[in-house]
Amino acid sequence: MSKQEKFEFIQGNLACAKGAAYAGCDFFGGYPITPSTEIAEFMSGYLPKKGGKFIQMEDEISSIGSIIGASLVGKKAMTATSGPGFSLMQELLGYACIAEVPIVIVDIMRGGPSTGLPTAPAQSDLQQAKWGTHGDHPVIALIPNSVEEMFTETVRAFNLAEYFRTPVIVLGDEIIGHMREKIRIPEPGELQIVNRTRPSTAAPETDLVTTPYHALGNDPATLPKFGKSRIHVTGLNHDITGFPTSDSEMVGDLNTRIIAKIYEQRDIVDNFQLLEVEDAEILVLAVGSASRAAEEAVLELREQGVKAGLFRPITLWPFPKAEFRKYAKHAKWIVVPEMNLGQLKVVAERFVKLEKVVPINLVNGEPLNPELIISTIKRLV
Amino acid sequence: MFNYSEYLREEKLPHIWCPGCGHGIVTKSLIRAVDKAGWDKDKIVLVSGIGCASRLPGYIDVNTLHTAHGRALAFATGIKLARPDMHVIVVSGDGDGLAIGGNHFIHACRRNIDITTIIFNNGIYGMTGGQYSPTTAYGDKTSTSPFGNMEPNFDVVDISIGAGATFVARGTSYHVPQLDNYIYKALTHKGFSVVDVAEACFTTHGRKNKNKYKTNIDMLKWQKDHAVPRSKADALTDEERENAIITGIFKDSVRPEFTERYDELIKQLKTKGE
Repeated sequence: MSKQEKFEFIQGNLACAKGAAYAGCDFFGGYPITPSTEIAEFMSGYLPKKGGKFIQMEDEISSIGSIIGASLVGKKAMTATSGPGFSLMQELLGYACIAEVPIVIVDIMRGGPSTGLPTAPAQSDLQQAKWGTHGDHPVIALIPNSVEEMFTETVRAFNLAEYFRTPVIVLGDEIIGHMREKIRIPEPGELQIVNRTRPSTAAPETDLVTTPYHALGNDPATLPKFGKSRIHVTGLNHDITGFPTSDSEMVGDLNTRIIAKIYEQRDIVDNFQLLEVEDAEILVLAVGSASRAAEEAVLELREQGVKAGLFRPITLWPFPKAEFRKYAKHAKWIVVPEMNLGQLKVVAERFVKLEKVVPINLVNGEPLNPELIISTIKRLV
Repeated sequence: MFNYSEYLREEKLPHIWCPGCGHGIVTKSLIRAVDKAGWDKDKIVLVSGIGCASRLPGYIDVNTLHTAHGRALAFATGIKLARPDMHVIVVSGDGDGLAIGGNHFIHACRRNIDITTIIFNNGIYGMTGGQYSPTTAYGDKTSTSPFGNMEPNFDVVDISIGAGATFVARGTSYHVPQLDNYIYKALTHKGFSVVDVAEACFTTHGRKNKNKYKTNIDMLKWQKDHAVPRSKADALTDEERENAIITGIFKDSVRPEFTERYDELIKQLKTKGE
């Protein structure tokens, strides 16, 4: 262990905020909501000390609006919220998708629907993260399951947002957000930091003003920031000049490119954890805090001679389907424990026979425990 | 003769606005005021929401941002806080700015953030075909108030002052030199400034109220006949006041500006840290 190594015993929300700081976040716009508020609280003290900006907006709609504005002038901008606030952000999430504006949205999930259970954990927004905003749109959602991953996945969220010029969602939950674990804070330079491609490297200088949305193949549009050139940005379908169009060919091109730019580069986006999957007859599919219980259950079952394994997407959207299919194909059962009523289960059902999928659902505000997963699997074998 | 070419994206013309609409008049007034301010075009961000007035930025050769319905001030607040050296102007209709965007409007006033907001106040949702808005006159017929508007209307000046804006003026699309002056003063004011511009939409509003307006020209003349300078407003009866457009500068005051305060905080923290 080197002398400089820095360890901290902190909660997930703080690790998320420190990850954002590590990634170079210099603008935060947010609105208080349990159980995410600690992220805003940290940023309000941290950012002005570093010359960055924090603002508490009047609601979640203006929070996401403010960070899109800040990103358009070149800032690395984020917000943090929970279910009800995430619902309010959905319209402008789509704006950031179509206008290709990098932002990071942290959603510390709690029980729903509506005001639901503000201080209790749930995995209630897995599908909202994918389908919440109207229209077809690209989605990247990362789902950490530890305090350490709250740090590292927030860094990765900024990197992916900057690289693809798209909003990236970090799905924490009340357990991961408030649980305390010891983590090592990476040294500066230890983790890769991605900054958005400067327009001059992607397109001829002369095109910057006239065609800021000109992208090569499935690349993101590398529009210059406001203040560098006088471009137009709109939430309407637009052509490569950035101005509105209803030309069917151009509309189709844009709608497919903003999705293809991510889905055609899966190697950059995908991230997952495999545990005892090679010979698994029972494959557990779990994410976030539920996967902590699943991990313990799998290890316990292995000790008892049950061939169980865990497939844990860390990038939830786009779903790592090729890898999942690889292990799901040979398994007799796919067990999906989750703190909702089947939002992940419906994903598993797309890739294997319906009869093979066994759901374990908990929506009473309690965390999932390993015993429930173990007893369910034991009944199967 | 003023040369507008320098400020227009002429290839984007003709604009979408109807004959008799005041938006073009206010646009030219805004261009003249910006020119008088002498700002670098690269340093200007023109932000809008959704609606007829919100198409304005597309025609102007500065940094332009066409956001979502009601949200122009949310985006503009992020831009101004992130880059206080940039000049941020918001153009908004009455529905966009005061109904769906009403919460952002009052909080931008309260923060006294250095943004100029121009309300293109024609008292109607024009783009969707003429539904009543928060500033539609009581009793007017619209496509969603076929028996006459039953709701009282907002006074933009009162709301702005009540919420804390530090420069507030009202003009009309008929009294153009006066409007040039108000917009110029708003642009160069340090703090949140509002210019409420009384306008008209004959296409979706006037033609449903032919008892009041026979033609689009009548609607402009209505502004001429009903504008009363602030200095003469006290003499009006309540009934006259209902039908008047009271014009003038209603507030021009100094209060600490939000982004300057924030930059001052950064400076203080830096000194402390050293």
